[in-house]
Amino acid sequence: MSIFVDENTKVIYQGLTGSQGRFYGLRNRDYGTKVVGGTNPKKAGTDVDGIPVFASVADAVSETGANASCIFIPAPGVRDAVMEAAEGGIEFIVCITEGVPAHDEAWFFNKLKRDFPNVRLLGPNCPGIISPGKCNIGITAGEIAKPGGPVGIVSRSGTLTYQALYELKLQDIGVTTCVGIGGDPVPGTSFIDCLEAFEADPDTKAVMMIGEIGGSAEEEAAEFIKNKMSKPVVSYVAGVTAPAGKKMGHAGAIVSGGKGTAAAKMEALQAAGVRVGKNPTEAGELMVEVVRENGWA
Amino acid sequence: MSLSPFGYRPQRVTTFSAVDLLEYQGKQFFAQFGIPVSDGRPVTTVDEAVAAAEAVGYPVVVKAQVHAGGRGKAGGVKLANNADEVREHAGNILGLDISGHITRIIWIEIASDISEEYYVSFTLDRSAKKHLGMLSKEGGVEIEQVAVENPDAIAKIWIDPVDGLTESVCRDWVLAANLNPSITDGAVALLLKLYTAYTDGDADLAEINPLIVKTDGKVHALDAKVTLDNNAQYRHEWDEYEATQVRDEREEAAHAKGLQYVGLDGTVGVIANGAGLAMSTLDVVNQAGGKPANFLDIGGGANAEVMAGALQVINDDPNVKSIFINIFGGITRGEEVAKGIIGALEMVNIEAPIVIRLDGTNAEEGRALLAPHLSDKLVSKPTMLEAAAAAVELAKKN
Repeated sequence: MSIFVDENTKVIYQGLTGSQGRFYGLRNRDYGTKVVGGTNPKKAGTDVDGIPVFASVADAVSETGANASCIFIPAPGVRDAVMEAAEGGIEFIVCITEGVPAHDEAWFFNKLKRDFPNVRLLGPNCPGIISPGKCNIGITAGEIAKPGGPVGIVSRSGTLTYQALYELKLQDIGVTTCVGIGGDPVPGTSFIDCLEAFEADPDTKAVMMIGEIGGSAEEEAAEFIKNKMSKPVVSYVAGVTAPAGKKMGHAGAIVSGGKGTAAAKMEALQAAGVRVGKNPTEAGELMVEVVRENGWA
Repeated sequence: MSLSPFGYRPQRVTTFSAVDLLEYQGKQFFAQFGIPVSDGRPVTTVDEAVAAAEAVGYPVVVKAQVHAGGRGKAGGVKLANNADEVREHAGNILGLDISGHITRIIWIEIASDISEEYYVSFTLDRSAKKHLGMLSKEGGVEIEQVAVENPDAIAKIWIDPVDGLTESVCRDWVLAANLNPSITDGAVALLLKLYTAYTDGDADLAEINPLIVKTDGKVHALDAKVTLDNNAQYRHEWDEYEATQVRDEREEAAHAKGLQYVGLDGTVGVIANGAGLAMSTLDVVNQAGGKPANFLDIGGGANAEVMAGALQVINDDPNVKSIFINIFGGITRGEEVAKGIIGALEMVNIEAPIVIRLDGTNAEEGRALLAPHLSDKLVSKPTMLEAAAAAVELAKKN
């Protein structure tokens, strides 16, 4: 099984007629994803390489039965695009666009939670989600991932995720689902959301979690792992040696306390029983160990 | 930070995603939203300082405008009662080094009669995913200490962005902070304006420390610390703020080429695709016993032009003794990456030896293309750890 998406997920692309939307929409279709439509109010009735374009998300949903959407709209239009998707009946929204203002993100995160509690948003500023062999929504190169299981991946970083997928594939280890949650201040889907879903997914036996410096999402995930997870977790936190970020006035110091450094995150994860690699290669090796020890692959 | 969805456009790095305002800019920003601030003028010479003081009226405060805290302790804030004192203080403060920041602009402001000093700020609480307001009657320079030693002295509220800050919630918040009861109305009015400045102004942080009550009972922003969200620049006019941002020269050069670069003080130049991989590259260089000279993310693609630009920026850094190019091919295939590197080396003349780690999609094909070009000055290693070790060794040898 997989989390959030599967072989039946029907996806529309908001921004399919733009250069990036077209490029990745067609790539995702080539991979085998059920790409059923796109939206552009000015180009309704046309098509992109056979994929029908609709005036609105609501039209696309009623015509195609789409349940997921992938947003490739430039940042200024993202807030409206997210709400249009939710109002149009989409259950799973993947927003690839980077550079969305933080106030917009905070607004639509809370708006969705209140008015559309069953809608899941992934991103913004994320590479998307891939369940190898079933569904690929976003910009991940599908061929670097081996279908199956037993590993689930959740990551804040794009290229490091690709590296993890690839290293596991070289070791002949499959992945149930790989979720890139993105590194923006208010991600629609958090580490914890993904860990919870992986814990509930019978085909996922172990989880690889790739974090980064900044914020406290890794510390919160560590707390969740300690209290709620039975499956083994392997982790890497990028930026162990990165220079300290800029301090944001007094408020930043008061809010963050000691959190946010890679060292603090790694410590919290280790204390929660997570095996932590000090670089991506080591984390990959640790995951291989976990899988082999348990005879999962 | 994640890989750019748009391969050709490198990802923003955290350090570049915010615009820090100088105090006087923050006050001008606040004033646009009706928040009371002191009358003042930004100046860059002693003569201008005197003219500004004459215009606003004595006594005045002469304040260094730098992107650094601790200005008072460094001698960057002085009271002046007449033109001679303005001349003396302005002369001392212009050019003053405050934590490595040289003072080029000073702010001349009419002095205030203070009866109370409070603290207030709005920022985004990333954990709660809501806006966080903090208000305290214990304002002043020691607010961080107050937060640690006496957290109850800071009244906090979490504001759902969909609801915004309503007047009644704001009033309860002011009452919870135990400010002087006689100024409740004034404080509520100011805080509502500050929240509007924070949200409509697209600030990551809007902080007033101290927020003062003057002897006439008026509530007033005596300082301003504002950080704006660069992602929202498209809907604002922020060019003048951009102009006073302080960046390292190498960072300016990289910026001009559209590269995401952060200068560091080591000897191993680093080029990687994707912010996460670039950070990870710094980690392995350090773990191999070396020190990275920079963080440089060239984004998802790796065409010759972008690679050449990146190499040029690194080549111009005199501290660089070796260069580590760390590329993982995803959608950009190994052979395209290799062609990019070979093309770039034809465009720029690089002095330091280069170690390349090329992995991912079609890595074998890419390495085969690189093979005829390899030498003492261009080394290829199959893994990130081996490449880091080689780059560090070369840096030490040089």
